[in-house]
Amino acid sequence: MSEVIVVTSGKGGVGKTTTSANVGTGLAEMGKSVVLIDADIGLRNLDVVMGLENRIVYNLVDVIEGTCRLKQALIKDKRHAGLFLMPAAQTRDKNCVTPEQMVKLIDNLKTQFDYIILDCPAGIEQGFQNAVAGADHAIVVTTPEVSAIRDADRIIGLLEANEIKKIDLVVNRLRQDLVRRGEMMTVEDVLDILGIPLLGVVPDDENVVIATNQGEPLVGKNSLAGQAFYNICRRLEGKDVPFMDFNKNITIWTKVSGLFRKNLQEERV
Amino acid sequence: MSLFSIFKRKSSRQVAKDRLKILLISDRVNCSPEMMELIKNDIAQVISKYMKIDTTSMEIQISKTGNSVRNGKVTPVLYANIPILDLKN
Repeated sequence: MSEVIVVTSGKGGVGKTTTSANVGTGLAEMGKSVVLIDADIGLRNLDVVMGLENRIVYNLVDVIEGTCRLKQALIKDKRHAGLFLMPAAQTRDKNCVTPEQMVKLIDNLKTQFDYIILDCPAGIEQGFQNAVAGADHAIVVTTPEVSAIRDADRIIGLLEANEIKKIDLVVNRLRQDLVRRGEMMTVEDVLDILGIPLLGVVPDDENVVIATNQGEPLVGKNSLAGQAFYNICRRLEGKDVPFMDFNKNITIWTKVSGLFRKNLQEERV
Repeated sequence: MSLFSIFKRKSSRQVAKDRLKILLISDRVNCSPEMMELIKNDIAQVISKYMKIDTTSMEIQISKTGNSVRNGKVTPVLYANIPILDLKN
């Protein structure tokens, strides 16, 4: 039975595409067959984050309009045998696809893949409706900032209205130094406000920028964000992976012992 | 800034949380325009029994700025602005 996951946020620039790329890659690394669909027609970016931009011939709109066969628009990943990308059209707009057409497309993909991951565009218009139409699970990405959380709340309401039963939260770009100083909301604060289950916490990590520059998702690599994304994948696979305690009081002792336990902590983001 | 106010200063984390909580109340209760129209018509009907009002320029809106606090939580407030043309009694 395949699972259809939409990665959404409302606000732009919070990390939907990065999350989609890393979760898709991580699940493929675990041996699952995964297709990543870029639902951001007109402003595609999942292809560059995956480093597959030079291999695009056909796209999602070509499949829907019957210009090509489904298989022709699926780009095989460079490293993972079970990972494919269906790019969005760049020179079209969101209104050239309907939610019904998306549902049909996803139904066709369900027979071939364990996971279908949709990278949703920002906003709540047609593009959002298209991306959520065929999904049965939503990952809401937010950062611990007022604007992103407000939009996330609105998106959660719309997902519920679209009868998406399973809605999980990923808190992205958490700055632990700011949290400690009381200048950033904690993960608990965000959960308190949004009231949906937590799937993962991704710390702000410069390695994400480096990975995007290189077009290689960092999931599973030796960095905080890479570990965090890998843990998200493990949780999606039903494994019980504990969250890191960000609220810990920082004393000299925890700092010193933390140096030795750094690897252990990275396991638990 | 006095020394006292330094200690009293809320962390920006707390400010953000408090602002969001109030903001989301009004975001969440925003009824559909159709529902607001129905509520408006019902209110107009009831008030019209007792006085002559200007139904075309009356306005209603749900807002959080009423400072109505119950059990420590800010509750939204329904505002109605109803111009009275003539008090019947």
